[in-house]
Amino acid sequence: MDLFWQQLINGLSLGALYALIAVGYTVVYGIVQLINFAHGEIFMVGAFGAFATWVVLGSPKQLSWQAAIFGVLPAMILGGMIASVAVALLTERLAYRPLRDAPRLAPLITAIGISVFLQEFVRLFFGDIPGMPDSKRAIPFPTITGISGEAWHLGNVTIQLSSVFTIGALAICTVFLWFYVNRTKTGRAMIATSQDPSTARLMGINVDRVIMSAFAVGAALAAVAGVAHGLRYGNIDFRMGFLAGLKAFTAAVLGGIGNINGAVVGGLVLGVVESMATTFIPGQFGSPAWKDVWAFVLLILVLVFRPQGLLGSKGVDRA
Amino acid sequence: MLEIKDMVVAYGRVNAVKGITFTVEKGQVVTLLGTNGAGKSTTLRAISGLLKLVSGSITFEGERIDGIPAHKIVERGIAQSPEGRRLFRKMSVEDNLKLGAFSRKDSSGVKADMQKVYDLFPVLGERRHQPSGLFSGGEQQMLAIGRAMMSNPKLLMLDEPSMGLSPIMTQTIMRTIRELQSDGVTILLVEQNASAALSLADRGYVLEVGQIMFSDTGKALLGDDRVKRAYLGAD
Repeated sequence: MDLFWQQLINGLSLGALYALIAVGYTVVYGIVQLINFAHGEIFMVGAFGAFATWVVLGSPKQLSWQAAIFGVLPAMILGGMIASVAVALLTERLAYRPLRDAPRLAPLITAIGISVFLQEFVRLFFGDIPGMPDSKRAIPFPTITGISGEAWHLGNVTIQLSSVFTIGALAICTVFLWFYVNRTKTGRAMIATSQDPSTARLMGINVDRVIMSAFAVGAALAAVAGVAHGLRYGNIDFRMGFLAGLKAFTAAVLGGIGNINGAVVGGLVLGVVESMATTFIPGQFGSPAWKDVWAFVLLILVLVFRPQGLLGSKGVDRA
Repeated sequence: MLEIKDMVVAYGRVNAVKGITFTVEKGQVVTLLGTNGAGKSTTLRAISGLLKLVSGSITFEGERIDGIPAHKIVERGIAQSPEGRRLFRKMSVEDNLKLGAFSRKDSSGVKADMQKVYDLFPVLGERRHQPSGLFSGGEQQMLAIGRAMMSNPKLLMLDEPSMGLSPIMTQTIMRTIRELQSDGVTILLVEQNASAALSLADRGYVLEVGQIMFSDTGKALLGDDRVKRAYLGAD
C-alpha cells in the first residue's frame, strides 16, 4: 500500500508538470484551433530564462531558505516568464498571424519549424551570451535551499519538496487562470472569441489581442513548469521541450483539447498512469523504459473510445 | 451619416459586391432589398470591418472607416446584429448583453441600457440568467438586437431580423425598429421580407447580383411594379 501512495504522489507531481504545459496547448487551440507544436520549446525557453535570471543575480549559492524561496525563486520564475512570454508573442506575431487565414496545415508545419528553430537557437547561441554556460549539453539547474533535495517523510512515503512545489504551483496557477477566464473582461473576450471569432469582433473585441493573451498565458504557465522541471530533475537542456511538450499535448487531448479543466485533469491522469504503470505492470512491460509507451497507449485508447477527451473538447469554456 | 461609394468587395476572386454607392442619413431607416446572393450581408460585413474592400470607400460621420479593424468600428458607433443571430449560445442573456457592451467604459450607462433592453423585451429580463441557446427563434432575435443595442450605437445594422419568425413576431421586431428610430438611432436594415421592411423604411435600395438596380423612398418602392413583381409576390 505504501508503494501505491508513493507512486500516486510521484504521478501527481509528474502530472502537475504536464498539466502546467498542457494548459498552453489547450488555451491556444481553443481560440485559434492551432496545435502549437512549438509550445514544448516555449517551456524550454522558460527554464533557460529562469536559469539566466539566476546567473544575472550573481549565481547565488548557499543561501538561507528564506532568501532562496522568497527571493531567488520568485525572481527566477519571473525571469523565465518574461523569456517565454516574449518568445511566444514573437512567434505569434511573426509566424502564426500572417498565416491566420491560410489552410490549417500551413501553421501546423510552421509550428514544427519554430520548434526546431528554437531548439537549435538555444543550443547554438545560449552559451554565447556573456556569463552563460555552454548549452550543447545539459546545464545543472540552480539548487534552491529548502526545496532542492529536501523531502518530507510520511510513514514510508517520501514526498520531494520539488513535487510539493510543482503541485502547489499548479494549484495556484489553476486558481489564477479560473479567475482570469471567468472573472475578467479579457477572459470573457477569450470565451467569446473561442465560440465565434467573427461575432466577437462585432462586439468590439480586439481578437488579435485576445489571441496574444492566450499565447502569453500559456507561455507564463510553461515557464513555471520549466522551473519545476529544473528543480525536479536538477538540470535543463535544449531538448527538454520535445518529450515534455509531446506528453503535455497528450494530456491536453486526453482531457479534451480546448478545455482548460481538461488539460489539468488530463495532465494529472497521464502522470499517475505513467507512474503506476512502471510499478504495477509485471515483467519487462512495467520497466521504466515502457512508461512512455503506456502514456501513448492511454492516448490511443482515449482517441478510440472517447475522442472528445475525458471532459469534452470545444472552445475555452468555463475554466 | 454613412456614405458608401463605389464599393467593391470580393470573396477570393469572386466579386460579391460590384461597385455600389448609397447613403444613410441620420435618423433614417434605410433598407437593402434583394434575393439571396445579391450582396446585402456582404455589404454589412464590409461596413463592420469584417471584410476588406477591393476598392471604393466607406465614410462615417465624415471620416473614412474602410480599413479600420472591426473592433474600432464598434467604438465609432456602428453595431451589427448579424445574419443568423450568432448568439453566444452557451452564455446567458446577461453575458450576451455584456459582450455587446464590450467596448464601453461607462458601467452606469451599460446598466441603464441593459434595463432598456429588458423593458423593450420583457421576456429577456425574465430569463436573463438562462443560456441563450435554449430560446425560441423570436427570443433569440430579440437578444441579438438587444445585444447590438448595448454598444449604444449611432448606426444599428440589422441583417434579416425577421428570418424564421412568425408573422406576429416579425411585427414585434418591426415595431421595435420603429421605436429605436424614434429614440434617434439610425438603422440600416437588410430584409427578405420586403413589405415589412419597406413599410417602415425612409429609403430603400434594391440590390441584384452585387449591384444597386434602383432606389426610392420606402413608400414609392412599395408601389413600384418591379418591386411588386420581384419581392412582394404580386404578378
